[in-house]
Amino acid sequence: MSVAALETARTGEPGAEVDWGKRGSRFAVYAALVFMALVFLVPLMSMVFTSLKDMDEIRGGNLLAPPQVLTFEPWIKAWSEACISVRCDGLSPYFINSLLIVVPAVIISVGLGALNGYVLTMWRFPGADWVFGALLFGCFIPFQIVLIPMARMLGLMGLAGSIPGVVFVHVVYGICFTTLFFRNYYASVPKELVKAASVDGAGFWATWWHILLPISWPLITVSVIWQFTGVWNDFLFGVSFAAGDNQPVTVALNNLVNTSTGVKEYNVDMAGAIISAFPTLFVYVVAGRFFLRGLMSGAVKG
Amino acid sequence: MQRLIARVMPITVLSPTLIITTIFVYGFIVFSVVLSFTGSRMFPRFTFVGWDQYTRLFANPRWDVAFDNMLIFGFLYIALSTLIGLTLAILLDQKIRNEGVLRTIYLYPMAISFIVTGVIWQWIMNPGLGIQKLARDLGWETFTFDWIVQNDMAIYCVVIAGVWQVSGYIMALFLAGLRGISADIVNAAKMDGAGTIQTYRHVILPELRPMFLTAFVVQAHLAIKSYDLVVALTKGGPGFSTELPSTFMYAHTFTRNEMGLGAASAVIMLCMIAAVVVPYLYSEIRNERRSA
Repeated sequence: MSVAALETARTGEPGAEVDWGKRGSRFAVYAALVFMALVFLVPLMSMVFTSLKDMDEIRGGNLLAPPQVLTFEPWIKAWSEACISVRCDGLSPYFINSLLIVVPAVIISVGLGALNGYVLTMWRFPGADWVFGALLFGCFIPFQIVLIPMARMLGLMGLAGSIPGVVFVHVVYGICFTTLFFRNYYASVPKELVKAASVDGAGFWATWWHILLPISWPLITVSVIWQFTGVWNDFLFGVSFAAGDNQPVTVALNNLVNTSTGVKEYNVDMAGAIISAFPTLFVYVVAGRFFLRGLMSGAVKG
Repeated sequence: MQRLIARVMPITVLSPTLIITTIFVYGFIVFSVVLSFTGSRMFPRFTFVGWDQYTRLFANPRWDVAFDNMLIFGFLYIALSTLIGLTLAILLDQKIRNEGVLRTIYLYPMAISFIVTGVIWQWIMNPGLGIQKLARDLGWETFTFDWIVQNDMAIYCVVIAGVWQVSGYIMALFLAGLRGISADIVNAAKMDGAGTIQTYRHVILPELRPMFLTAFVVQAHLAIKSYDLVVALTKGGPGFSTELPSTFMYAHTFTRNEMGLGAASAVIMLCMIAAVVVPYLYSEIRNERRSA
């Protein structure tokens, strides 16, 4: 299953479509598709509208009413003033934490995954399939099964509660996916290419560097986006292993929304939600094709 | 020398990952399984109590709620998003103009976190200012939608938010499947005089069987692991009414000082995941070897 297959019908090549005949049914198809598009978009729209209203207008209006008087106060508050537990600096410090977590976690896990994929496809060894299967299962385990020992282990390593600790956890449980991506991708590269290189005297590293790396960029993009989205959106590892000031933005957002005392400020909540969703949404809009490809490969079949 | 390096290098490169997987996946699983047979409370203690934690777990009404919720949530989540995803895929596969734009819209919820999804839907479904108020403002005075504060209905709110998030993904899976079906098969069916509905029922849907399986495995595993969405949407409440195995595990392990019981619940989660995923992975790898 590939994204290339997904793209075919767009250019008008014959897909599996069936003649629906009458104009009426074509109209119904479009109507249904547009209706569903609205169902998907309305929550986003309501979120943007709400974030731009003050609380009086929110109480007076409804969730689809566009703001009458634009206010950016909720955004400013969510970013830099709202109180999250005892600290009143808004989401910004946690947003930076997420960046500090996501950058090293993505680089390390994608790098290791690329090399693993190379080894697993080009340098076959006895039991390679079993090793791969065992690795693969690691992608699917419920992380609850590792929370307790990991908490102990991070303590022993002196990383308890720290950002490097959270990075480490993301790398550990991220490599299986990146390995899977690169293995499936390299499996489609003709073995002759690598053999020819080694006949020419290229060693392990030279072969990877000169033959495989130049053709790996699409997959590197896919893996980077996959890991970026996964790590940025993570909550469980952040809430379990990052201490107060080191928490990622997802944890901070949840604290902002669900533990606030006093009046619930929906406009600030919504602004905060948009702020914390922005990086991954931006990547999705800019590079959706690669995101989709990751999702497809993440469903195992390459 | 060169040869020796060539033989040793691959395993050297792979070894960090092998060590990491051995310790942090399999070693940790063993550790948690062992803990689940101990009386550990706040810290791991190796006083073995046999199957006691499991007996306590299954006798625990809060676990009952969590388990039942997982079944309700899992069933509806899988059924509804498969239905919506498949329908969208079939409709999109009719040479639709602007297909790319529509696909982008259907899929964007997959790019945001469960936490954000939970926050959005908590806003939309809150009875005071959400959908209920919207419908009343539009003139439907008696409209009531307050599931999120009802003990017996709140789990369905989790279903709604979950389905909204994942349907686009399932759509993409099925669309790729549809595009993979050769036009010949479809044309042959048409030649035989099959109508649109018949062609779908007897030719196209059976061809999609692998997609159904993939969609099921992906969603079942997401449903069993589901945690963040409930935390952000309902905090497991009202009361414990939207408790899931994952929230049960977290609460008992880290806030209620019942580490042994928490470990036992994690082991049950692992077993459920394994029951779904292992046969799937096994057949995937076997098929791949056969076709290689």
